Amino acid sequence: MTQEAYREMWENLNLDIAAHDGLLGVLGKFYGDIYMSQQGRLGGMEYLDFVLSEVHGLRIKELQDAKAQGRKIVGTFCVFVPEELALAVDAVQVGLCAGADAGKEAAETLVPRNTCALIKSFIGFKLARLCPYTESCDLIVGETTCDGKKKAYEAFAEHAPMYVMEVPQTKSPAARALWKEEMLRYMARLEALTGKKVTAEKLAEAIRTVNARRRALQRLNRLRAAVPAPISGRDVLLINQVSFYDDPVRFTASINTLCDQLEERIKAGEGVAPKDAPRLMLSGCPMAVPNWKLPYVIESSGAIIVGEESCIGTRNTRDLVDESVRTLEEMLDALADRYMKIDCACFTPNNERLENIEAMATDLKVDGVIQYALMFCQPYAHEGIKVEKRLTAASIPSMSLETDYSMEDVEQLKTRVEAFLETLK
Amino acid sequence: MTVLGIDIGSRSIEVVAMRQGKVVEKRQAPTTFNPVKQVLGLLDGLDAGLAVATGYGRKLVQEMELGFEVQTITEIKAHGLGAHHLFPHGRTVLDIGGQDTKALSLLPGGRVGKFEMNDRCAAGTGKFLEYTAQIFQIPVRDFGNYALGGDNPPIINSMCTVFAETEATSLMAQGVRPENIALGLHLSIARRTANMLGRVGLVPPLIFVGGVAHNPCMRRLLAEQTGTAPGETLFIPDEPDMTGALGAALWAESLEKN
Repeated sequence: MTQEAYREMWENLNLDIAAHDGLLGVLGKFYGDIYMSQQGRLGGMEYLDFVLSEVHGLRIKELQDAKAQGRKIVGTFCVFVPEELALAVDAVQVGLCAGADAGKEAAETLVPRNTCALIKSFIGFKLARLCPYTESCDLIVGETTCDGKKKAYEAFAEHAPMYVMEVPQTKSPAARALWKEEMLRYMARLEALTGKKVTAEKLAEAIRTVNARRRALQRLNRLRAAVPAPISGRDVLLINQVSFYDDPVRFTASINTLCDQLEERIKAGEGVAPKDAPRLMLSGCPMAVPNWKLPYVIESSGAIIVGEESCIGTRNTRDLVDESVRTLEEMLDALADRYMKIDCACFTPNNERLENIEAMATDLKVDGVIQYALMFCQPYAHEGIKVEKRLTAASIPSMSLETDYSMEDVEQLKTRVEAFLETLK
Repeated sequence: MTVLGIDIGSRSIEVVAMRQGKVVEKRQAPTTFNPVKQVLGLLDGLDAGLAVATGYGRKLVQEMELGFEVQTITEIKAHGLGAHHLFPHGRTVLDIGGQDTKALSLLPGGRVGKFEMNDRCAAGTGKFLEYTAQIFQIPVRDFGNYALGGDNPPIINSMCTVFAETEATSLMAQGVRPENIALGLHLSIARRTANMLGRVGLVPPLIFVGGVAHNPCMRRLLAEQTGTAPGETLFIPDEPDMTGALGAALWAESLEKN
């Protein structure tokens, strides 16, 4: 498509064209500095480069084409919203923009200033008319994973077609029952939106599609753990980020192709970093696209990131939905069970997360863990204290960092990260 | 071969030259807005074969093409090395510099165990003292002695430099003796610093370094707030602001040997 055609599409979506041009300019430069400057990248990453270069172009065009065919677009902010249900009614599910400072002043008219950058970002993107995904949505699905989001969705509902799922805060049988009810309520909403019924056949297909994507990402995570690391942490983070808005079938095929290349590279003993580069794992808050600040700081200090214990990481891909069941009712139960395994910091208690972090750090043979919390994110900041104790008991070095999307603390972050790496040597 | 340690901080630059394990030269200059020029001036007449740079400007020194190899280490590691060299039995190091406060625990042998740094804001650092000293219209180097003239410090809650000034101004309006306000400002830093030390697990002996370690009021209050005794469990080098550059020079020596 030509730039003129894109511009017309963006105008039809009522974007603020001048501000949007500015955003794309900054994003392009940022991507060039952080991604294109890497040495020894895999050929398969060209697909990701292309997808990202067309993030507000071709993919948006695809969404408009899908809408023209009568399909609905569902936007989400959280790994709790079951994509399988949306796919079962032929809707397209996309993760919405929440990883950059945009429209901050406008957002602060709807939410308090001491709200995390992620929440401010999605509100800012909407109010500043910068996100073509948000503008394409027929329904935006929120969830009650933290107080900040919960209250933000109330305010957001005045500006967008909002629907909120109640995510329970414990893992009791009653909580499981609530979550199943919430899924059924959401399913009815999707059926009303699309005029289609969720059938066993359609849901089984959707479960297979999403599981296939999870398996491809699991495979990627196994392969990247090789020594020397065959792919940078930045690239794996990007892949995880893209998984939220790319077409799932096409994305899965591309990642499997990339994994084939990784296998060859591992066989040849090739890596993107020296064998003895410190191996770090990130743990904590999600890093939504284009939030690449900390991974860039870490990897330009000579370390390699070999795991992301995060919603945009293993929290989204670790558990599969049971594919062995046949009836619609059984499938819905299987879905409910799978989503209740998510070890989000919104749960109390959430001891399985501590176990998962220690197991992951041990499996990946990391030299250290960097805990990442967005400023004002209470749930993860609280768990950070527990995680550090757990890791210390397991003799795994760790460091906690709290930051946001602004660039003013990059030098301080560099000093902390480099000093942490010095303690590992 | 002469090796150099260069510490480019936010307020001052220090250079320590070493030859065969001995310090042969120490120099210092303000950072100013042109640190490159300041570094060149400090290096004038020093014939070195290797340098290790530390501090916020460490990468800058590396890019200067000085005609000899320049490696970098963080100021955390540099202060750990320098403090350990001066006081080998020290277990915890506190550095209060121009815009950073760092607390670090030392493992046997001088390696850094845990560390903490203040956040992006310069609250509770040398900058805070420099700024608040202006309220009393006295130079920052006299501020500590001035504050020691106080005997009943008010509690100052604000760690933000700007808010602290507001708080100090309103205390003055209430008729509180200025020496007491000055003492209160020092106390607010000492409390905050003791908290930070607690987070790395304050094990004595404590070594206090960085430019603010010159301040007699901070020395006294730090001892009080951390329960350490000067000369027994609290040690302060004669030239506390040279510690980072000394650590960098020591690292350069170890690189030269290997």
